[in-house]
Amino acid sequence: MQSKLGLDSQKIALAKQIAKNIANDVQTFVDDYTTVAVERTVCRLLGIDGVDTNSVPLPNILVDHLKANGILGEGIMFWIGNAMINTGLTAQEIAQKVADDQLDLSKTKVNPRAKIEKVLQPIINNSIRIITERRQKRENFIETVGEGAKPYLYVIVATGNIYEDVVQAQAAARQGADIIAVIRTTGQSLLDYVPFGATTEGFGGTFATQENFRIMRKALDEVGAEIGRYIRLCNYCSGLCMPEIAAMGALEGLDVMLNDALYGILFRDINPQRTLIDQYFSRVINGFAGVIINTGEDNYLTTADAVEAAHTVLASDCINEQLAAIAGLPQEQMGLGHAFEMNPDLENGFLLELAQAQMTREIFPNAPLKYMPPTKFMTGNIFKGHIQDALFNIIGIWTNQGLQLLGMPTEAIHTPFMSDRYLSIENAKYIFSNMKNIGDEIEFKKDGIIQSRAQKVLDDTIELLDKLQTEGLFTALEKGIFGDVKRSKTGGKGLDGVVRKGDNYFNLFIPLMKGE
Amino acid sequence: MSGGLYSMEGKDFDKTLDLTKIKPYGDTMNDGKTQLSFTLPVVCGDEAVEAAKQLIKKMGFENPQVVFYKELTEGFTFFNCYGSCTHNVDYTSIHVPKVESNVMDMTECDEYIKEHIGRKITVLGASTGTDAHTVGIDAIMNMKGYAGHYGLERYDMIEAINMGSQVENEDFIAKALEIKADALLVSQTVTQKDVHIHNLVNLVELLEAEGLRHKIILICGGPRITHELAKELGYDAGFGANTYADDVASYIAQELDRRLNS
Repeated sequence: MQSKLGLDSQKIALAKQIAKNIANDVQTFVDDYTTVAVERTVCRLLGIDGVDTNSVPLPNILVDHLKANGILGEGIMFWIGNAMINTGLTAQEIAQKVADDQLDLSKTKVNPRAKIEKVLQPIINNSIRIITERRQKRENFIETVGEGAKPYLYVIVATGNIYEDVVQAQAAARQGADIIAVIRTTGQSLLDYVPFGATTEGFGGTFATQENFRIMRKALDEVGAEIGRYIRLCNYCSGLCMPEIAAMGALEGLDVMLNDALYGILFRDINPQRTLIDQYFSRVINGFAGVIINTGEDNYLTTADAVEAAHTVLASDCINEQLAAIAGLPQEQMGLGHAFEMNPDLENGFLLELAQAQMTREIFPNAPLKYMPPTKFMTGNIFKGHIQDALFNIIGIWTNQGLQLLGMPTEAIHTPFMSDRYLSIENAKYIFSNMKNIGDEIEFKKDGIIQSRAQKVLDDTIELLDKLQTEGLFTALEKGIFGDVKRSKTGGKGLDGVVRKGDNYFNLFIPLMKGE
Repeated sequence: MSGGLYSMEGKDFDKTLDLTKIKPYGDTMNDGKTQLSFTLPVVCGDEAVEAAKQLIKKMGFENPQVVFYKELTEGFTFFNCYGSCTHNVDYTSIHVPKVESNVMDMTECDEYIKEHIGRKITVLGASTGTDAHTVGIDAIMNMKGYAGHYGLERYDMIEAINMGSQVENEDFIAKALEIKADALLVSQTVTQKDVHIHNLVNLVELLEAEGLRHKIILICGGPRITHELAKELGYDAGFGANTYADDVASYIAQELDRRLNS
């Protein structure tokens, strides 16, 4: 494809090659470790669910039991497989017995690997089958009923009560939304377990639980059939339960997942080692389930300046692309993040935003890019805010973004009212229709403001990636390169959940899901 | 929609400004013109429009006009409306508590601190509790600042430490003791269900229990914070929307001077 921005394809290739080296370096570290979250995820994929009498999820009980005995490094598959052979019980029954203090897995007799794999195979195949059928169900719905055109209109619901969320989500879908994101309750990313069951209380959002996923999926399928459009469901697999939530989403038919270790490190102070290990397995699952991941680079611009730090967004997108590729996630599912966050007082700011959005489009041509609306400079002046969102929408259609997160005129005031969502969807639909093919019609002046801006950001990105390659990602994070936030390799939450893999470790889901 | 263009509506009211009886201004003094927008939980139709008009009258408006309405989803109708407000307020009798300090720019403030305090002032900031938003505290503290107002980190005479988001009150106090902070800045952005109030009060209680409250200048800020609310909650000052680092720095410098030197 001819670049409208005069971007040098060799420079793009160079940026990606350096990012690949950085990602490989991270993966070399990741390969040697597992975490409590990864092992809980394996529990869930082995069909272990439910809670004990104190509402502690059984996957937590099992994993904590192994960890307390110092044998988690061999992995949950090894221990459950052995226990199944020795006791003849199911995985769920074993979990229940451990919860009731009737079984100590550390005293399990060890069997040959082949025998363990054989006993696990049926339950592994069962989970793989459920996820595959979920994926086929989505694809079938889209094929027979249809879906909205890109950019998909993405709105949030955030009532705290899953049943109230359903009312808001169905209303938004009828108004034209293509993706409904159920915002999580404040602080869930820092919980080291996933709550159980349907929930009706949350601060600024609703708990992500498997039952809540199920309730919302059903509601969106109903409204989707009614309006003749598949409605995608988005949630957040980030934080300390990243891969667990990926597994629950895969089982329940979620379509989009926020899934970005860098975001958790920088903005939730989650330990870098922990979350990069967690991220790998979560992306393997998301890749296999056909889930579009969203990365959080847009957030860098809420703390750093959107003009000065544009290259950090692109550098991070390049690294995230490579980390996703290592996990077997196809480009068509990479919702790499960027944002419209420049100060509205900046002269020609629109031109710079347009340059950066087009640049991101050209550098990741197959990715359903996630484009974030203005938030930092939304002031409470709802009238101006509506215009800021309109400019953002113009760039969204012009540069063919994948997922357009609709800005709300009442950003910075309250979580969206039903009417706010209506006004935002109306704004986007008007612009997307009225300017549908503007991107095909208009070319940019050679070496003008737009071309020069994009070329400069790419050059700065290569320079930064070069530096990151020399220092390694962990050191770069310690120096505050992304979002002006500094994070140490051993700081933050969740490091005590990281365990080096033992000699017997195996996780059969990874090769199966990656198709190896 | 040309009806409003050449309004034939009578204007037989007193058109002189009286500060003891002010009301909204559209294009004529005392016309009381106000725009309203809301959603009613009813299906769209003539009855819905009538309900909106009656509601506007009950709110104290004359000549209610529904200029736009639309069903958002079945059973919910959205309205844009106008009306003339019948109420007024006495502007001359209003008293709003304010932070009492002269606002100085960064250079003036640094000079003031050198002259009156004679050492650097240590300021510790954080977004506390479950609040994950750092945009407020960053705007005040980060080197770059916000909207052209440099943040506290850039001040020569201020040692500014920003702990970021989701900081527990206990950790916040421990850090304050460790660095011998002169002033604490607490930012609260997410404010659903008054979670910010509980958290702000909890910090005051903890400081009091530790015997630290009077030794420290305690400040809160955020889009829902006013100085009046801050005082009510036991803070020395509160900074709301449209206040910047210079407002905060000027206040801290002058308040510390008052405490140390008078």
